[in-house]
Amino acid sequence: MRDALMKSLFQLADKDPNLMLLTGDLGYGVFEEFEKKYPKQYLNIGVAEQNMMGVAAGLALEGKIIFTYSIGNFPTLRCLEQIRNDACYHELNINIIATGGGFSYGGLGMSHHATEDLAIMRALPGVTVVSPCTEREAELATVELSLRKGVGYLRIDKTKAELESDSDDFKIGRARTLVKGTDYTIFVTGGIAEEAVKASKILEESKISLNIVSIHTLKPLDARFIKNEIKSKKGVIVIEEGVLIGGLGSSICELCVDSGITINNFKRLGIDDHYSSEVGSQEFLRDKYKLNSKAIVKEVLKFVNK
Amino acid sequence: MLSNIETQELARKVRIHAVKMVNKGGSSHIGSVLSVVDILAVLYGKVMQYRSNNPKWDGRDRFILSKGHAGAGVYAILAECGFFDIVELDKHYQDGSIFSGHVSHKGVPGVELSTGSLGHGLPVASGMALAAKIDKKTHKVFVVMSDGELDEGSNWEAFMFAAHHGLNNLTAVIDRNKLQSMRTTEETLSLEPLRDKLIAFGWNVIEVDGHDHDELFSAIDGDTKKPKVIIANTIKGKGVSFMENEIAWHYRTPNGRLFDQAMKDLGEKI
Repeated sequence: MRDALMKSLFQLADKDPNLMLLTGDLGYGVFEEFEKKYPKQYLNIGVAEQNMMGVAAGLALEGKIIFTYSIGNFPTLRCLEQIRNDACYHELNINIIATGGGFSYGGLGMSHHATEDLAIMRALPGVTVVSPCTEREAELATVELSLRKGVGYLRIDKTKAELESDSDDFKIGRARTLVKGTDYTIFVTGGIAEEAVKASKILEESKISLNIVSIHTLKPLDARFIKNEIKSKKGVIVIEEGVLIGGLGSSICELCVDSGITINNFKRLGIDDHYSSEVGSQEFLRDKYKLNSKAIVKEVLKFVNK
Repeated sequence: MLSNIETQELARKVRIHAVKMVNKGGSSHIGSVLSVVDILAVLYGKVMQYRSNNPKWDGRDRFILSKGHAGAGVYAILAECGFFDIVELDKHYQDGSIFSGHVSHKGVPGVELSTGSLGHGLPVASGMALAAKIDKKTHKVFVVMSDGELDEGSNWEAFMFAAHHGLNNLTAVIDRNKLQSMRTTEETLSLEPLRDKLIAFGWNVIEVDGHDHDELFSAIDGDTKKPKVIIANTIKGKGVSFMENEIAWHYRTPNGRLFDQAMKDLGEKI
């Protein structure tokens, strides 16, 4: 996914000399070529995320289009108030890229588990929150965010959904169906979509058809699409690699309550108000927190056998 | 460029506006406003290039008040310099007003950056100065900071950054009134030896009497090879006898007899 977004950043930098990429001293092996080609549009700020966001705001106030980059919680939580006061309140075109969404860096420990970022970024007024599930989504989201007014948050994951064919049918704020199905809908955000796709294959054998939808944009939410999906299926599962409070599942609950929609079969899969002190691969931690295809299959079968 | 007599009169008027605004709004931070006023008067009266009838003029020097709690001073000097009508100042701190206690840019001509949380101004000013360098523009960037806000680590990230990138178009002025929210800066979290620290961070450091307009002007004006920081030694509450060096006036609102006394001290008829 990181390669995909780099592809877009190269194109954008080439087209617009005002585009700048700022990193908080991370991206070894990723940014060297960009720095070489666009030395005036690249800046390693150092391990100083608060300053990175402040400098980004200063540059953006002067008309630059900014992408900031770091991993995990560093480009978001470490400088949250700079994002809120300096970037958001001034409606600047600053796009924050965080790699290592969810448990991507599971083995590195709790400091590197990015599990509250979506909820926290979503709470900031005016921020576009995007969590792509394929390389193509990441690539197109990068381009669209650069053109979009205001602050953007792009959460990049180590994993990605394996699709038979990916398409260009991507627009920020518009949900995207990854696998068409008729019985139950799985709403998913980020690379964990791969688990939903796997679950759909497992359940196919039992003649249960899953509709997998990538809600790559948590904000603004594609309310109309989501409401129609909910009404037309027998049940809904939401899966996200992050805390349940304030994330995708929460947004859908809010949407349903605000729109007077009741769902008989509804389950949210996420992390329940908890920090993981256990380390492990992304696969291990997803299994521990019941965030994988196995968990989805189990929940769907519960609906079926109700 | 205004003469010293004119900038001193500008400072006096700004002090009077600020005390009135705080009195009417029932707000405070008046001590912090009064300590910074001479710095503002010299910047707006002598140093900075701007067009009050065209606040977004590209060639303008940029100004950020990082100690946003002294916002009343900025609103007052902007009004005095013609950015908007002086009667607007009556709206400060009033319900439904855009003139908040901490400085806000929304709808207020001449304000570049909204501040209020400390430690934000210098990083943003550094970004603005860097943009000017990249775009080969000749305007300068000025940021006024409090001494108390130097407790914030983000400032030291930015001090390193600006020196590393040779941002000699950036000038920071530290309003060194030596008092912060509860006690003196030295009792709270020692800043001294501040001058040595700033030199070690790679800045051109000049120390002046922050109420002497000649000293302020000669320190702020002029080119430098490194980013420049002025340690402006000031008196919190300057100009109002009973507020000078009194921490309480970080919080208190001058009312009644004390308001009258403040006006008298500032040479304003009631």
